[in-house]
Amino acid sequence: MDPVRDSARAIARAVNSREASAVEIAEAMIPHVAQVDASLDAYLELTPELMREHARKVDARVAAGETLPLAGVPVAIKDNMCLTGTHTTAGSKILENFVAPYTATAVQRLLDAGALPIGKTNLDEFAMGSSGENSALKKTRNPYDLERVPGGSSAGSAASVGGFEATLSLGSDTGGSIREPAAFCNVVGFKPTYGRVSRYGLIAFASSLDQIGPFARSVEDAALTYDAIGGHDPLDATSVDRPLEPTAGFLREDLRGVRVGIVKEFATAELGAEIDACYRKAYADLEALGAELVDVELPTAKYGLATYYLIAPAECSSNLARFDGVRYGLRVDGADVGEMYERTRAAGFGPEVKRRILIGTYALSSGYYDAYYVKAQKARTRIAEDFARAFERCDVIASPAASSPAFGFNAKSDPVAMYLMDYYTIPVSLAGLPSLSVPCGAVVPEGGTRPMPMGLQLATPLFTERALLGYAHAYERATMHAEKLSPIEVATA
Amino acid sequence: MASDRIDIRHVARLARLALTDGEIATFGPQLGNLLTFVDELGELDTANVAATAQVIPSRNVQRDDAIRPETMLSREDALRNAPRAQHGFFAVPRIIAEEG
Amino acid sequence: MSAVSADAVAVTPDLRAKYEAVIGIECHVELKTTSKMFCGCPNEFGGEPNTKVCPVCLALPGALPVPNAKAIEHMLRAGLAFEATIPEHSKFDRKNYFYPDMPKNYQITQYDMPLTQGGVVRYWLEDGTRGECRLTRIHLEEDTGKSTHASADGRLAGATSSLVDFNRAGVPLMECVGEPDLRSADEAVGFLETLARTFRELGVSDVKMEEGSLRCDANVSIRLRGAAEYGTKAEIKNMNSFRSVRRAIESEIARQIAVVESGGRVIQETRGWDEAAGVTHSQRSKEEAHDYRYFPDPDLVPIDVTRETVERVRATLVETPYERYARYVDTHGIATKQATQIVDDDVLSAWFDRAVAVSGNAQATLNFVLGDLSRLANENALHVADGKVTPEALAELVALTQANAINSKAAKQVIETLWAGGGSAKAIVERDGLAQVSDRGAIAAIVDEVLAANPKVVADFRGGKTNVMGFLTGAVMKASRGKANPALAQELLKEKLETP
Repeated sequence: MDPVRDSARAIARAVNSREASAVEIAEAMIPHVAQVDASLDAYLELTPELMREHARKVDARVAAGETLPLAGVPVAIKDNMCLTGTHTTAGSKILENFVAPYTATAVQRLLDAGALPIGKTNLDEFAMGSSGENSALKKTRNPYDLERVPGGSSAGSAASVGGFEATLSLGSDTGGSIREPAAFCNVVGFKPTYGRVSRYGLIAFASSLDQIGPFARSVEDAALTYDAIGGHDPLDATSVDRPLEPTAGFLREDLRGVRVGIVKEFATAELGAEIDACYRKAYADLEALGAELVDVELPTAKYGLATYYLIAPAECSSNLARFDGVRYGLRVDGADVGEMYERTRAAGFGPEVKRRILIGTYALSSGYYDAYYVKAQKARTRIAEDFARAFERCDVIASPAASSPAFGFNAKSDPVAMYLMDYYTIPVSLAGLPSLSVPCGAVVPEGGTRPMPMGLQLATPLFTERALLGYAHAYERATMHAEKLSPIEVATA
Repeated sequence: MASDRIDIRHVARLARLALTDGEIATFGPQLGNLLTFVDELGELDTANVAATAQVIPSRNVQRDDAIRPETMLSREDALRNAPRAQHGFFAVPRIIAEEG
Repeated sequence: MSAVSADAVAVTPDLRAKYEAVIGIECHVELKTTSKMFCGCPNEFGGEPNTKVCPVCLALPGALPVPNAKAIEHMLRAGLAFEATIPEHSKFDRKNYFYPDMPKNYQITQYDMPLTQGGVVRYWLEDGTRGECRLTRIHLEEDTGKSTHASADGRLAGATSSLVDFNRAGVPLMECVGEPDLRSADEAVGFLETLARTFRELGVSDVKMEEGSLRCDANVSIRLRGAAEYGTKAEIKNMNSFRSVRRAIESEIARQIAVVESGGRVIQETRGWDEAAGVTHSQRSKEEAHDYRYFPDPDLVPIDVTRETVERVRATLVETPYERYARYVDTHGIATKQATQIVDDDVLSAWFDRAVAVSGNAQATLNFVLGDLSRLANENALHVADGKVTPEALAELVALTQANAINSKAAKQVIETLWAGGGSAKAIVERDGLAQVSDRGAIAAIVDEVLAANPKVVADFRGGKTNVMGFLTGAVMKASRGKANPALAQELLKEKLETP
């Protein structure tokens, strides 16, 4: 058993059958992660003692006869999720010294399933960004080319799994923050239906869009993780109270009888010949598995970005008001409380967060609310309706997960250029749909020397996680793209 | 000009963000550009369209009126992260005007 | 016309009568629940600071609100008791503003879709006049924490810092917004008292003013009597008792009259009530106009109230204090003051209603309830309803007194005996031989005995000292061991004294 390279399923099987112990796995992973992370900087905090403590617990539970779905599986947690006793920073200076006094529901469920926490991973500050570069605390590198970004906002969660520093990780996705970095780092990134995984303990960015989901090196491992963390939570009023259909045991091997929608408005020709060829090949592979390709239209999808960049900042401007220097986090003192607020927030937030707070405050302010916020909410309705109409003609929609493979650091200085990376993921997020990115090949990017991984986004109707993961699994098993690339660290190790 | 569309000082004041002159000079045009970008929404017909605040169809999610001691924090834990605590309270610089 | 100082204007009753005040009340009432509005912390008054908190009410990163079902049901009960409309759809919104005792720096409240709309509060005043004030709405929201101002050494004077306690943060509050239908401070207080009585009776709030569980603001304007247009209003804040509401409104009306009479204009502003000085003062600050940026709270889902729910809640409503008051006064003819007294105690009212159902005489029954019975209950620190006197026993006693079967002194004795050991009034009267003696012959014999035993007093009377009559009556009563019909005893005494 190889705790670095094996799947979660294989590790759990070995630990449950007592061929391997969770303690051995922890002791193997702790030095390995320390070594690899010196190059990748995926983690903001490593928690070796906590990992050992959980390993001992898992071994004891298995010895007592329990079978745990993620027994002994090393996991990484995006640092916008609370875990008691660990720093939980959201990648921001304003929370740099905040130690969580409680644990997020999804994290607790992961640990209850037998997973071992390696540490907390880096992210764009408050999950706002598509490259990881907006972290105020660290610069995480892409495991397939250290001079390129890992994608964001779940930068460290994608890089740690892609770089074999974790078997699984949790990320959060608001407009593409799981799917885009998954594509960049050659891993599967899965965003369940909005409301399927509890947000309790996830530091909010945009409440109506945020959703926790797994990164894994296979669809099956992603499914195992989802089965462990999903389901109703009485502590989250937006968590959906309907039974969770298990997915991991229901994956499929072919796509016979499945109608795959190819979106007219998401034509890939303009992304360049190589990228276009990559997606054409992916669609052809789906067809070869027995799927029927059908053309569908999403005429309002092009308004997704504009809609998203009003709704998400509006919600964030209110969600981030609590970072005021009163109860926790950074404080920069002032003569009175108002001055303290302004100085604290000025020093604590980075430029992207400030931009979004400003634009969101503006969109909600008197005189602009209807023109911006309400208009965007109505546009959101139309986008969701477009998807519903498209799903009358198909079972799953296939598209790129991102507009390009991973780009170099500092390549996108214009905020709007960065926003365009999420052109394909944002409309899906606005509609709340379950979707994922699965590796679909590699492209040598402009100015690059190595082929960089690409991701195929699949999206299905609300609450059809089992079907979605099944389609992705069939594609993955038939193409095995992830295994054709090796991350730099592991290749040289 | 695009940056004239937003009174950035007023908005920053509402958001309790002290901005430097440099930030105002940078953010002004950036936010102006973003507003120009979102202007394309104006093309989209939303007459007689309901606003979506939440995509899920849930209604009436409520909890029973009961104390949940397991979710409560000890005072020590509540104050652990406080920048300044005094006599069991959170201490802040003096409050000047009632804003409520 | 040259303006004179408003201070120089004496607001005489005549001047006061020239104007009519227009008053609208908004009040916040803390709901009576076990836990807070959006988390499982206890909703209790007091306690060491920051000991009733959790990630949700401290607004820790990542914490989420879940609404308390009981609080929502309380809202429906409160609304229906005042004939409000319960809309089918409602939701929670965020009101964004920064303040240290507001943990999230937004308050979860209801902006444009409150749980109840409209309705009317029918109230009465001490003098028995009645009034109506329409409600605009009642909506649900959460309370803030509490900040106190202290200097570094802990003293309040010269405060350099403020201390914040979040124990109250997140306690459910209903905000009742009234229409400007009130015309005097008395009406405003009558309106508020009725609200408070009704909420207590419904069990939706304890309405403890001293714990700040009812807080109110008043919008006050004046206009010339008979004018149709409203004047410019001022909003008065910080009134923490019904007494201060009355004083603050009266003071504000006088202030506005003085302003107008001196040639000035009332400006729209917020004014604080200074209890000690007995005046309102302007709270204008340099703050720019508020922009609360209300929007639907994306952490919460909409509320749909089905018609079945409304009917289920409506079916649990009982007679309101106002309805009971009107029944006592209109049907039973009870005096305003006494009716008010008993209406305030719903348990006593119910006990009283049972007694009246048997006795058929409300006033006589009430005299016992508010008199001897309440006195005994007080002396024993018990509620009348928890004592040994049953409503049926009291009704029997009332019937005995009404039939002149016992006199008032005996009645007092019966009620003391009932209080001590319960039982039937009739049985006690028989057992203790308390039946009133109205037999002329028997009383005449006693009178003769008394006159014979007091020749000097008899001589005094006949000499013109008629005030000894009281002494003689007392002596007859005493000789009869309290049972003689006092009226008859006097009549016979007079007869015999005047005919030597």
